[in-house]
Amino acid sequence: MTGYDMTVADRLDRALFTIGAWMLALLWILPLIYAIWTAFHPAAYEVNFDLTAPLTLENFPKAWVQAPFARYFLNTIILVLMILAGQLVLGTCAAYAFARLSFPGRNVLFALVLVQLMVMPDILLVENYQTMRMLGLVDTILAIGLPYMASGFCIFLLRQTFMTIPKELDDAARIEGEGVIGTMLRVYVPLAKPTYLAFGLVSVSAHWNNFVWPLIITNSVETRPLTVGLSIFSTADSGLEWSVINAATLMTSGPLLIGFLLFQRQFVQSFMRAGIK
Amino acid sequence: MASRFLKSTVIAALLSATAMPALAVDLEFYFPVAVGGKAADTIESLTADYVKANPDVKIDAIYAGGYNDALSKAMTAARGGNPPQLSVLLSAEMFTLIDEDLIEPFDAYVSEDEKKSWFGAFYPAFMENSQTGGKTWGIPFQRSTPVMYWNKEAFKEAGLDPDHAPANWDELVEISKKLVKKDAAGNVTQWGVRIPSEGFPYWLFQGLSTPAGAILANADGNKTNFDDPKVIEATQFLVDLSKKYGVMQEGAIAWGPTPKAFFEREAAIVWTTTGNLTNMRENAPFDFGVGFLPKKERFGAPTGGGNFVLFKEASQEQKKAAVDFVKWITAPEQAAKWSMATGYVAPRADAWETDAMKQYVKDFPQAAVARDQLQYAVAELSTYENRKVTSILNDALSAAIAGEKTPQEALKEAQEKAEAILKNYR
Amino acid sequence: MRREWIYALLLLLPAMILLMGFTHIPAIETIIDSFYSTPRGRRAARFVELENYRTLLADDVFLRAFWNNLIYAAVTIPASIIISLGMALFVHSRIRGLSFLRMAYFTPTVLPLIAVANIWLFFYTPGFGLIDQIRGLFDLPPQNWMGQTDTALYTMIAVAVWKEAGFFMIFYLAALQTIPTPLREAAKLEGAGRWTFFRRVTLPLIMPTTVFISVNAVINSVRLVDHIFVMTEGGPNNASKLLLYYIFEVAFQFWDTAYASTLTVVILGMLSLLAIGQFFFLDKRVHYK
Repeated sequence: MTGYDMTVADRLDRALFTIGAWMLALLWILPLIYAIWTAFHPAAYEVNFDLTAPLTLENFPKAWVQAPFARYFLNTIILVLMILAGQLVLGTCAAYAFARLSFPGRNVLFALVLVQLMVMPDILLVENYQTMRMLGLVDTILAIGLPYMASGFCIFLLRQTFMTIPKELDDAARIEGEGVIGTMLRVYVPLAKPTYLAFGLVSVSAHWNNFVWPLIITNSVETRPLTVGLSIFSTADSGLEWSVINAATLMTSGPLLIGFLLFQRQFVQSFMRAGIK
Repeated sequence: MASRFLKSTVIAALLSATAMPALAVDLEFYFPVAVGGKAADTIESLTADYVKANPDVKIDAIYAGGYNDALSKAMTAARGGNPPQLSVLLSAEMFTLIDEDLIEPFDAYVSEDEKKSWFGAFYPAFMENSQTGGKTWGIPFQRSTPVMYWNKEAFKEAGLDPDHAPANWDELVEISKKLVKKDAAGNVTQWGVRIPSEGFPYWLFQGLSTPAGAILANADGNKTNFDDPKVIEATQFLVDLSKKYGVMQEGAIAWGPTPKAFFEREAAIVWTTTGNLTNMRENAPFDFGVGFLPKKERFGAPTGGGNFVLFKEASQEQKKAAVDFVKWITAPEQAAKWSMATGYVAPRADAWETDAMKQYVKDFPQAAVARDQLQYAVAELSTYENRKVTSILNDALSAAIAGEKTPQEALKEAQEKAEAILKNYR
Repeated sequence: MRREWIYALLLLLPAMILLMGFTHIPAIETIIDSFYSTPRGRRAARFVELENYRTLLADDVFLRAFWNNLIYAAVTIPASIIISLGMALFVHSRIRGLSFLRMAYFTPTVLPLIAVANIWLFFYTPGFGLIDQIRGLFDLPPQNWMGQTDTALYTMIAVAVWKEAGFFMIFYLAALQTIPTPLREAAKLEGAGRWTFFRRVTLPLIMPTTVFISVNAVINSVRLVDHIFVMTEGGPNNASKLLLYYIFEVAFQFWDTAYASTLTVVILGMLSLLAIGQFFFLDKRVHYK
């Protein structure tokens, strides 16, 4: 193989690689591009991609008055943060107990936790609604979040991480006079940061997008998350108005999208540095 | 965050602390909106008007999604022991709601005179889905019926009389054939007709089975006639529109994009709800006509949409207040306002006699087509365990459309399945 | 030792109460309900033994949904994993427009499926939909993708893969970063090609991530049904019906809660088996390390 051949092959390889990456990216971003196109053009151009089509901003106020999106946005953020906080706190405590403390019935209890890995509350809608009613929590943000706060997945992930942390560190902390809780907070939690990040992303993305349970448990503007608010546009008897739907989608996803655009470097890098294994 | 629960507890505590006399009646009512945000605004502003005039009543109008969502929400809330006092729900769900023991008739809350003057004011076709066993379980409000829209420009281009809509099935086929346009490669760019069949095909199908002379279910909601030869004939016709005559897109046709398909000239004739009228009027880039669904043996179409229903588990004061509110919001003035804002059919003749409505019809005569079609309309398919039974018919129709089964096989099977459910209710 | 028990129990208590309250007890109640008839307003529930299960076996909608869900899982799981790995490899290299690519791949994660489903609806719409407009440029006939029983399920699968792959990419990207650069240079010196390096070094090293992602993918293959609400409602003729959607339909539209419980029991059984299987699989991996 001569050097010349190498470069040609390399270049071809390089070109194919780049083209592949771009094709895939265009395919993936197509829905977003379409959303932007329709949101900024009159409804008549929803399905006609004419480059000379007039630009307009009217779809945004139109969408804005159809639902209180600011409130929905706030609800979603409260919901997502609340769930995440609950999951991390409860998960850390439980995972530490499973990983490092010995007590009777440990395996049985852990098996019970694992069941929830697959038996998500999403499936148990009817029973859970009745529980919420009993607790007087129907139509609260807390009710949307509560079934998810003890996450089997979170407990499982953290336990596996905690188990990889050398026992010597634990012992050292104990000798220094740390109690059980102190050891957990000062030794285990910092070392498990990658897992927290990984799980955090899974959790936020899942609950940002969750639809069925919030639809059933909420009644009012004060509690409804974005997904349920957006579903208004999907249930139109008189047909879909893509320009308005997409304006709403952009308004609600815009902040996140811009946030990612601005901080993607830091975001991905900190995630990488953490590295999940 | 301060949950509603906490807030209401705090408020309750404050109220009892100051020992306020409990004069106000709180009402919670769910409404579905199947026509986008404008309708929601209209309901909310009507409610606000009522509350302004009746300060002792507090009404919490809760937008509950589409028809399905609203019913789901009401049923889940009721199962959890927390139903609203009032709700607008699909009229076809009457038997389901009765069977669940969730609603109660309006009869006990109105005088004999009012039974005549109020119940009697509504179009009889709308009352079919609202009354059973001599009791009135629902008050028509958000009611509709399917109509046929046609593109007059496309008619002209095809050399047809733009003011003559297909009046019967044969004409529908003949005219649609002339409307089909193909490009150089032989691909269809404009279909003759579009009858949506996705989601809830049974409803528009009633626009075929009724003209064919069939009634899908009895008035007691406990027997279906899915295998009636006339139902099979109607199904065959629906299938033939695509497979034999080639005037309609094959496969299930989506409901949502139908107006868009009409505007984009993808189909020259479309069947859809009269609730689309406002949308069509505002957005169609061409002159269009609105007409009755074509006849076979007779004219015919189903009614559709939502009724006010009264939930059982409310206090006497709440029920009285609720009935009073329903009386007000279905009164001619309000019904007219609602109808003009949404395109739903004002459900009583005197609403059409209001000045505002007269003016509206004068400017926009198409609005009266749905009303005039009501004389031929029949009840929307409604039985006990309604959803299950209609989904059986939906599946049969979809199977026939997809060519997985012949209409005969599909409907015979559907009848057997429906029978297995409904025999428990006789 | 006893003190440790007390600590352990206190640490576990809050999580266990919630787990019991919203998973185990409802699951048991669901099992009990499956042996009763559905209570209707005028008729209380009565014990019917296995009647619901007999109905289930004869229910062709259930069988179709079950089969659909198997196909859904069998396609979405590997497809989203492979595509996400491809994406991660793309954005891990030095490539033109890296930021754009990353954002493009990541968009599905921030756009709620319930809203995007409407956009996909437009893509698939026959005639004037995007796919057909593009096909039209090549004189191909319009296709009713969502309206045909043989393609409807695959339209749902495509949306699910789109939704998942960009999300999973982040995890692969993080894993790829942990592969030491010297390894790559050494491999290059030995003349190992990209593919060999990928197969012999990268793939084994990112195995734990693959397992992590598969767990998520399996869960999603049951859970991810939002787009069906907007796009097909399970139709035509149940061609795109998935189990969780069917449960929703039976429970919240047919109001046959007992039968919905019976369906739920079947899924609970399957999922528990998967959970146990995954536990042994994962546990082994961790101990090997």
